[in-house]
Amino acid sequence: MAIEIFMPALSPTMESGTLANWLVKEGDTVESGTILAEIETDKATMEYESIDDGVVGKIIVADGTENVAVGTLIALLLEEGEDASAMDDISSGGMASVEINTEASPAAAPAPVAPAHVAPTTISPTGDRVFSSPLARRIAAQKDINIADVSGTGPRGRVIKRDVESYTPREVIRTATFQLHSDAPFEEIKLSNMRKTIAKRLTESKQTVPHFYLGVDIELDNLLAARKELNGMSDDYKISVNDFIIRACALALKKVPAANVQFGGDVMRHYSRSDVSVAVAIPGGLVTPVIRGAEQKGLRQISDETKELAKKARDGKLMPEDYAGGTFSISNLGMMGIKQFQAVINPPQAAILAVGSGEQRVVINNGEMKPATVMSVNLACDHRAIDGAVGAEFLGAIKTYLEHPSTMLL
Amino acid sequence: MTVQKFDIVVLGGGPGGYVAAIRAAQLGYKTAVIERENLGGICLNWGCIPTKALLRSAEVFHNMKHAADYGLLAKDLGFELDKVVKRSRGIAAQLSGGVAHLMKKNKITVIEGEGKLVKPGLLSVSKDGKKIADVEATDIILATGARARELPHLKADGDKIWTYRHALVPNVMPKKLLVIGSGAIGIEFASFYNELGADVTVVEMMDHVLPVEDEEISAFALKSFKAQGLKIITSASVTKLDKKKDIVVCTVEDNKGKAQTIEVDRVILAVGITGNVENIGLEENGIKVDRGHIIADEWGHTGVKGVHAIGDLTGPPWLAHKASHEGVIVIEKIARDKGHKEIKDLHPIDKGNIPGCTYCRPQVASVGMTEKTAKDKGHKVRVGRFPFMANGKAIALGEAEGLVKTVFDAKTGELLGAHMVGAEVTEMIQGYTVARTLETTEAELMHTVFPHPTLSEMMHESVLDAYGKALHF
Ligand SMILES: Cc1cc2nc3c(=O)[nH]c(=O)nc-3n(C[C@H](O)[C@H](O)[C@H](O)COP(=O)(O)OP(=O)(O)OC[C@H]3O[C@@H](n4cnc5c(N)ncnc54)[C@H](O)[C@@H]3O)c2cc1C
Repeated sequence: MAIEIFMPALSPTMESGTLANWLVKEGDTVESGTILAEIETDKATMEYESIDDGVVGKIIVADGTENVAVGTLIALLLEEGEDASAMDDISSGGMASVEINTEASPAAAPAPVAPAHVAPTTISPTGDRVFSSPLARRIAAQKDINIADVSGTGPRGRVIKRDVESYTPREVIRTATFQLHSDAPFEEIKLSNMRKTIAKRLTESKQTVPHFYLGVDIELDNLLAARKELNGMSDDYKISVNDFIIRACALALKKVPAANVQFGGDVMRHYSRSDVSVAVAIPGGLVTPVIRGAEQKGLRQISDETKELAKKARDGKLMPEDYAGGTFSISNLGMMGIKQFQAVINPPQAAILAVGSGEQRVVINNGEMKPATVMSVNLACDHRAIDGAVGAEFLGAIKTYLEHPSTMLL
Repeated sequence: MTVQKFDIVVLGGGPGGYVAAIRAAQLGYKTAVIERENLGGICLNWGCIPTKALLRSAEVFHNMKHAADYGLLAKDLGFELDKVVKRSRGIAAQLSGGVAHLMKKNKITVIEGEGKLVKPGLLSVSKDGKKIADVEATDIILATGARARELPHLKADGDKIWTYRHALVPNVMPKKLLVIGSGAIGIEFASFYNELGADVTVVEMMDHVLPVEDEEISAFALKSFKAQGLKIITSASVTKLDKKKDIVVCTVEDNKGKAQTIEVDRVILAVGITGNVENIGLEENGIKVDRGHIIADEWGHTGVKGVHAIGDLTGPPWLAHKASHEGVIVIEKIARDKGHKEIKDLHPIDKGNIPGCTYCRPQVASVGMTEKTAKDKGHKVRVGRFPFMANGKAIALGEAEGLVKTVFDAKTGELLGAHMVGAEVTEMIQGYTVARTLETTEAELMHTVFPHPTLSEMMHESVLDAYGKALHF
């Protein structure tokens, strides 16, 4: 029988993706390691390698198909010595779950109520596989919880008993129905997966996370001098102001650990490492690669990593481990001449720093006017997790590090 | 004297320490182990392995005595204790050498000597009272293990009153032996010496033998021990050991204060374990110790920066596999905190899923909650039982004595615990441990096909029995 190729889960949370491109065609010989296709998820485009040797017998899901559920049969591979008849026994059953959710059919069919003695299957009504333990599924069924709503903490994010037992159903955010209207001529463009994710995450953030904002001005002259000196010493690196900001934030999170937190309903999680997400604009949206343990990394390393991640981001090559799970975010629009702005928190994180441009301003110090390079920053905090005084202390720490960059050496 | 610098240094080369060192080396850290005695620790040299070697001799001897049951002839039976012990020591030495090889293969530096924490990041090592090295490391893992507990009135002398160390290399074959404590260690030695013909009495303070085991399993084992001639006194304690020239007069008091005396020629103390917490720099560095064990969190962190503790040193269960598992977790946690890319999926050890095994005859093995604990915790339970005497393989082996018991939550079908007594149950318990770790319910266990004829079929039948569906009983 032919080898079945299924839509891969390229990250633990991936539920479906777009089959962007086939890189092989029917009749091609492939071996383990051959790139079969490019798969686009909400965050990145990834290559899908074959793990078997064979000849591509049939491509079942065509290029450009969106919303292909993880686990859907997408192609068949013939093993050595097999001919097309080897594909006869394989029903195209998998195809049925290639479901393009159009506006016309918004809700998935209600889940059948499983009789108590029948173990519910792993397939949720939308056809996405949820990794979960049998016991978790049993308890979820008994409590009428949709296992797909529960986030897993077991090995590889598997949903286990403890997750179901501690699950409290959240108010489901109804997908608003949009009534778009204008007389102006228009063209309608399908949303990319990334755009959909941005829309979903940030709507959820603004609707459920109580934001408050703190602003402060930071004088940059010392930092610019230090930067100039460092960059003048070697051509091997070029440290940016943003690299200083990443390091300052990472150290400030260490200094004010109460700001390195996430709100978890009935628990608060305190992180002991500063994993700083940096917003990077890419065509069609933005991604937030993470500098992990940034407090333990020097400017050079931060600079190198940021450059590498930004390049990967622009090439659409970020891997899930590159962008998942930061503890704090920085969004910098300074290079675009923005004086100041407020950013939307990237849940489940509890704070984000919005950075404006450094510009010459007149500052008054002890009654004396003098010119200085000043940058305005704004910190948005999740008030459930961080109170005003903690936010102020944290922002103060960032300011001190940036205004006196030599303290970052301590 | 030069200072040696490492990323990670492990103090103690037992199954906790040497496994931690291997994992650290695998992750690319420059690693050293400080060991004062033998690589492999208690487990390989004075615990798990040499006892299993002795018990195997006892088992073969038992089978020889029953040769006729199998249609075989065995005449002039006997044993030479020194050769039995020599075999056990040889195996211990072989495995300790194996650990040395593993250290070399993983490029781990082994420093022979007695280590002590000077301050976080720094250890000093001495040999024969002389300092031989200063060792620096960002992270230090304390894994100094444990030793037999002694009490003011119960102290070993190595001659007539033994701990497990002496009992493993006996100076004489005891004629009359008193074993104090019926936990795994006490019962294994009682079983061994009883098989070789000693007149053995076991005194246990709790009301049943193997006190951590399910009561029904314990009662089953007790019946079998008694049938083998072991004398067992429960709910009693030894209050006095009076050494005479050739004998020890032991005073045993029951819980109503009624005393009796027993005269024996040898005593084995097996009243528990206490951590090796002395002289390793704990108090000076603010590392907390409670009743002879270091207090560490679920990741092995002591609360003092860069200092971690694992294994027997951190408390029960005192088992080699617990020590080793903690050794891996502590290293992976350190690596994750440093941003090591390889560590993505890390979970602390779930103490409810650590199996426990005792290698007496009949063997005992268990994982999870006993029936009583489950009920005390408010579970409505379904209990399944399957006896060895209804299993074809057990009968063919001539091992028809035993019981497999499973405890399920009646509502959710969670396998709360599994408890077994009988031949080879220590080899089977991991089946239920996998089931618990994967959180299977009774349904998946019932769907599993077990090979025939094996003892493991009883594991299936016991699950079926819990739901009234056992096929062969
Ligand atoms: C008789 C007996 C039978 C047992 N049977 C089993 C069994 O069947 N199954 C099972 O799972 N467990 C069994 N155990 C328990 C098992 O041996 C322990 O749980 C296990 O050895 C603990 O490992 P560890 O690494 O924590 O400590 P240990 O094995 O005790 O190792 C600690 C090491 O640290 C060294 N050390 C201590 N202090 C220093 C210092 N200051 N400097 C340098 N080195 C130092 C010691 O020399 C030792 O080598 C048995 C124990 C005994 C006594």
